[in-house]
Amino acid sequence: MPRWKNGRGSGAVAEPAACDNVNRARGRNPLAVGVAAPIMKGMVTELGHFALILAFLVAIVQSVVPMVGAHKRWPGWMAVAEPAATVQFLLTGFAFVALTYAFVTSDFSLRLVWLNSHSAKPMIYKISGVWGNHEGSMLLWVLILTLFGAMAAWFGKGLPPTLRARVLAVQSAVAVAFFAFILFTSNPFMRLAVPPFDGQDLNPLLQDPGLAFHPPFLYLGYVGLSICFSFAVAALIEGRVDAAWGRWVRPWTLAAWVFLTIGIALGSWWAYYELGWGGFWFWDPVENASFMPWLLAAALLHSAIVVEKREALKSWTILLAILAFGFSLIGTFIVRSGLLTSVHAFANDPERGVFILMIMVFFTGGALTLFAARASTMEAKGVFGVASRESALVANNVILAVSCFVVFVGTMWPVVAEMFFDTKLSVGAPFFNMAFTPFMVVLGLLLPLGSMLSWKRAKLQRSLKQLLPGFILSVLLLGLFWTMQTGTSLLGPVGVFLASWVISGAVLDLINRTGKNRDLSRLLRLPRSDWGKATAHIGFGVTMVGIAGLMAWQEEDIRVAQIGEPFQVGAFELELQDVNEVRGPNYFSTMGDVVVRQDGEQIAVLNPEKRNYPVAQMPTTEAAIDYRFLRDIYVVIGDEQDNGGWVMRTYIKPLANWIWAGSILMALGGLLSLSDRRYRVAAGARRQAAAPQGVPAE
Amino acid sequence: MTTFLRILHAHARQLALILCLAMSVPMAMPALAVQPDEVLDDPALEQRARDLSKGLRCVVCQNESIDESNADLARELRLVVRERLVEGDSNEEVLDYLVARYGEFVLLKPRTDGWNMILWLSGPGLFLIALGVGAGYIRSRSNAVAPTEAGLSADEEARLKEILKDT
Repeated sequence: MPRWKNGRGSGAVAEPAACDNVNRARGRNPLAVGVAAPIMKGMVTELGHFALILAFLVAIVQSVVPMVGAHKRWPGWMAVAEPAATVQFLLTGFAFVALTYAFVTSDFSLRLVWLNSHSAKPMIYKISGVWGNHEGSMLLWVLILTLFGAMAAWFGKGLPPTLRARVLAVQSAVAVAFFAFILFTSNPFMRLAVPPFDGQDLNPLLQDPGLAFHPPFLYLGYVGLSICFSFAVAALIEGRVDAAWGRWVRPWTLAAWVFLTIGIALGSWWAYYELGWGGFWFWDPVENASFMPWLLAAALLHSAIVVEKREALKSWTILLAILAFGFSLIGTFIVRSGLLTSVHAFANDPERGVFILMIMVFFTGGALTLFAARASTMEAKGVFGVASRESALVANNVILAVSCFVVFVGTMWPVVAEMFFDTKLSVGAPFFNMAFTPFMVVLGLLLPLGSMLSWKRAKLQRSLKQLLPGFILSVLLLGLFWTMQTGTSLLGPVGVFLASWVISGAVLDLINRTGKNRDLSRLLRLPRSDWGKATAHIGFGVTMVGIAGLMAWQEEDIRVAQIGEPFQVGAFELELQDVNEVRGPNYFSTMGDVVVRQDGEQIAVLNPEKRNYPVAQMPTTEAAIDYRFLRDIYVVIGDEQDNGGWVMRTYIKPLANWIWAGSILMALGGLLSLSDRRYRVAAGARRQAAAPQGVPAE
Repeated sequence: MTTFLRILHAHARQLALILCLAMSVPMAMPALAVQPDEVLDDPALEQRARDLSKGLRCVVCQNESIDESNADLARELRLVVRERLVEGDSNEEVLDYLVARYGEFVLLKPRTDGWNMILWLSGPGLFLIALGVGAGYIRSRSNAVAPTEAGLSADEEARLKEILKDT
């Protein structure tokens, strides 16, 4: 680890010298700013650093005082939690703004800015560069953690005071660990004694709008699960889980899951258009790291319904809440430690990995120990028959949890094999496609029936009868696509069948809700959570058919294209008309003009690019895509050949957009549910304020 | 490290010059995955080569198959796969040949033998166990008698109803 001069503690001495150097360096730089600016810059940075340390201290107080207060029933001590959570968030927010300011103003006296930015970089990537690196992304992580803590404080006024104090204390304990991690191993405010005159630029692959927003959403999801974790641990300490607990936890789970869905979809879309061969999911360890919490969050938001409505599955739901955040920590560990080499290994460091491993072991292990000690006290209340919504949700949880386990085993297996069996091996997409997909098929098969069964005791026959039209339609579609396609692959037709079955099931469920008279106006009066459920399930179906269609029916063409000589790919005629050298803000580009025709008519002009970023010394491929409802045309340009012509790869990708359209629908469904007034985070809050009453002191 | 930076600073002008030079000379780009000159004339054989390539790891890359990778070694491996196929090897023989040279590391789908059985069977195994536990839970719930409401005091019950009321 190189020792960089650190501004901390030596600000007064180091500052003037550093500023002087900035000025000297800037004297040769056309982008030089005024003389006063660097001094202010230095101030803001130091204040940001200071705010971060203060936030750390506040977090320590918040993790101890309210916890003791809740135990001793001292209202004054418990009341510390709320202002502390707010202050912690504001301080962290200030630190983050200070770092962003340093990036925006290209303050290369900060080591982080020097390593990850460049004065010629477009503004949006100067900003996204803040979290396009290890230190900055950890700061974003902890910022979101404190944001959720503050939100729990603001919206949780209806919670019993002891539960609330404990939730905020646990949340803050997690924050303490991550503040310590940042300050002691990954400080973004490290200074350079002698600021270089320009930066080393951000990894060009990261200079993309899709990736600018991918990490924040992912982190909102990952870290959002921390609230569920805090609720679970607080409930274990309280020793009580009831329907109200289920209702309080569910919105947070929903919100986290929605963010994770959006984050994962953004990352997958980015991979699709950026990496140059149109893959959308690689089963890369880092992708799996985000997918595992997603699967568990999906299980959790379903099982929390059972807790809320039926007071059953309590201890399982608590366990899921712990595991979901546990997997977020595992994900952070995988990404930040570089333990598993992957294409995402942009910024990692094994020493830091050990620190995160310790955080992970402490919190997950501690929570699980607490769980083992207390779980038996949580007695289920609800009684239900074998055919019931409760049973269906148990099945949902079995499938989602086991599929998460499959992903986990596959991700960790190379490490296990190397450590215990001394063999180096790889576990890649072919394994996951084979081991994971069957669970999703089973899930798709059961979903329409399960979501239609009524609570307590359901009439299986009646639900099956109601689903019959959907089943017939799906079988017909299966036959149709089976006969239409060339080849005998089952993948496409089965995908179509499942999608149609899931989607028609969701629609029939809605129609079913209109009652015997098919009174459609009832649909409008349905709770939003019902609409949310239908929308999310439809989204699941749409994503499934998108994946199946793309994988089963993709067409590919690889050739040397001569300029001005059209060629045929599937139903389309393509012509490379010209290739030009183009200059971008911080890159050079070789750009092709490709005309696409269908039935002799021009339908698109595509500009595939090869880019070269000279500062980062890295080439990238920019595919050109003609997005349409039923298919994408995806064109990539390669090298110029010695005997003239350019390498060109063309893909026809059927239903590609459906993958992300389905993800958007899933997220939208989650949002609809979240907006249901029953799940308003503050449900019950105002009423309590209106009618002050004794706290149920167990 | 600080010394290095001092030197770096002292030589900033030269560095700038180098950077400017670098900017004006477009760098060599790596080749892109499967190249037209690699493609076999026989479409059936080519398809087999592609399918095999998707399950073979580019051993110098991070989690990329040789079908996707731009690395030189991946190209070499693609050519080897095609060579073996043209020689008349079966898919299994091609894989055995590559495993003999590069080890099991080259396979993206681990073999189903030895310790790897743990990997392959742990998912289905846990699924069976989870099904059993789930079924047991459902049975116990369907046979259970609803407990009396002794767990909550009247106050708490009222508060619970209050919270859950607004549907």
